[in-house]
Amino acid sequence: MPTRMAQTDTEQMGARAASGPPRRSIPVVELEDVTKVYDGGSIGLEQASMKIGRGEFVFLVGPTGCGKSTCIRLLQKELEPSRGEIRIAGRTLGEIPRARVPHLRRNIGVVFQDYKLLPNRTIYDNVAYSLQVIGESRQEIRRKVPDILRLVGLATKLHNYPDELSGGEQQRVSIARAFVNHPPLLLADEPTGNLDPETSIGIMQLIYRINRTGTTVIVATHDREMVDKMRRRVIELREGRIVRDELSGLYRPDESTTEFAVRLRGELGVGAEGHPN
Amino acid sequence: MRDVRRVRPIFFLREALRGLRRSSAPALAALLTVLLTALVLGVFIPIVQATTGTANEVRSRVVVDVYVSESATGEETADLRRSLMSTPNVESVEFISKGEALSRAKEKNPKAFKEGAELLGSNPLPASFRVTPEDPDHLQQIVDALAPNGQPRLAAIDEVRNREEETDKILSATGLVKGLTAGLAALLVLASIALVANTIRLSVFARRREVEVMKLVGATNWFIRWPFVIEGMIVGFFGGLLAVLLLTVAKETLIDPLSEDFALLAAPDTIDFPLLAALLMLACVLVAALGSGITLRRFLRV
Repeated sequence: MPTRMAQTDTEQMGARAASGPPRRSIPVVELEDVTKVYDGGSIGLEQASMKIGRGEFVFLVGPTGCGKSTCIRLLQKELEPSRGEIRIAGRTLGEIPRARVPHLRRNIGVVFQDYKLLPNRTIYDNVAYSLQVIGESRQEIRRKVPDILRLVGLATKLHNYPDELSGGEQQRVSIARAFVNHPPLLLADEPTGNLDPETSIGIMQLIYRINRTGTTVIVATHDREMVDKMRRRVIELREGRIVRDELSGLYRPDESTTEFAVRLRGELGVGAEGHPN
Repeated sequence: MRDVRRVRPIFFLREALRGLRRSSAPALAALLTVLLTALVLGVFIPIVQATTGTANEVRSRVVVDVYVSESATGEETADLRRSLMSTPNVESVEFISKGEALSRAKEKNPKAFKEGAELLGSNPLPASFRVTPEDPDHLQQIVDALAPNGQPRLAAIDEVRNREEETDKILSATGLVKGLTAGLAALLVLASIALVANTIRLSVFARRREVEVMKLVGATNWFIRWPFVIEGMIVGFFGGLLAVLLLTVAKETLIDPLSEDFALLAAPDTIDFPLLAALLMLACVLVAALGSGITLRRFLRV
């Protein structure tokens, strides 16, 4: 029953997303009753449904093991859902043949907690790789890579290797790599998980700036401070289920925010009963 | 897009060289493995060939002697020759006249015959046909055709002899040698392939994280695979080249001077050195390239 409620919530909210497009446009990301059970029997995601419109900024929050990473990996088609359907820009992921998966991934920028830079390439080459992959010409690469590295504030470290950079700098490189070919969707899995609060703010600024260019951004995080300060849409997961979906939420709402949420939902014509928080 | 495709081979080559430079330790291990196995194969292949060659040569000495009776006329002897030629499984027939038989015997055992022949006054040795079989394993077939149950079919035949005991020994001994060397060669080739493939697996395995990241950035499988395959080819090429160089040095300094004294080393049937070298190089490059290409499959399934 709680799931049902959350589901209806999600649908309505997706349609009315603040910065979102008009009602009729196709959501960038759509999960429909998605369940992921791992081979060992553990549940990654259970009957999760959500719609995320174009240009939205969404936080996926919840404790470790709640299904945030599963969700991100499902969206990249790194995993296949056990049940349910995932659509990205209207295309069902299950119907994309194996050979077309690289093309899907070129349209999704990804930022990881552990950066996942290629250790035997310079910063420049790391970013250039995601352009080489799409067959971009050399002139274009020479033009775009320094540009994006200037944007993330690493113009002076072009020819350093990843292990010569600090964590924050490495994360900037990985953001540059994810964004260099301007994908319509950016996924970030704990982008600030390994960083100190000051550095985290810098990283989040970057991601926010990318969002402002019209890119849809989904950030999985347990950085409470960040979520509370940014007041964006929050989808909370717990043991694989979506337990909360608020348009402008806190990491874990205190008393007054819950009241606010009740009021918010009341306006949308949905009762708050059965909500776990 | 079109000129991008043109540039790609160069890009892949650069990527491969980068891979070799940045992870030189596993590449070096793979190169050494290729080098050693190629060396062992390079030494073993000629040995196998020389051994089977020698075994075959010994086998060709298996013959049937058909002794012509003293009373046979010239015409009967010619008839016998024709019928020998038309017997199945006969490869060649050589006529040894009485005089020839004597001179051969003298050569073999000079002391006994120098005085013996003079003592006897006449030549005691019969004329004979030496019959070489096509297939030494079915020698008895010829004997049976010429003299079923020990009774000669033609009057001109005095006796048919195949030195049975000797023949059996030669056949079983050479058969064993051939079987053993063939088995060893097969084992060695399998072990070499497994060893090279395994070392390459390890060097690819060390970089599986990298492959995973490439996949997540949206690289297609072949975009990731080509540099690895080219890397494998380079490693295989240089491993093979070094092995061939070492083999050449060993051949020039050790084998060639010795081959004058040892028949086995100069066995006529062994493979030409340039051909052997070319085959080894090709095998090294192929096994190394395929090894890295195939190993990658597992990590590409992301």
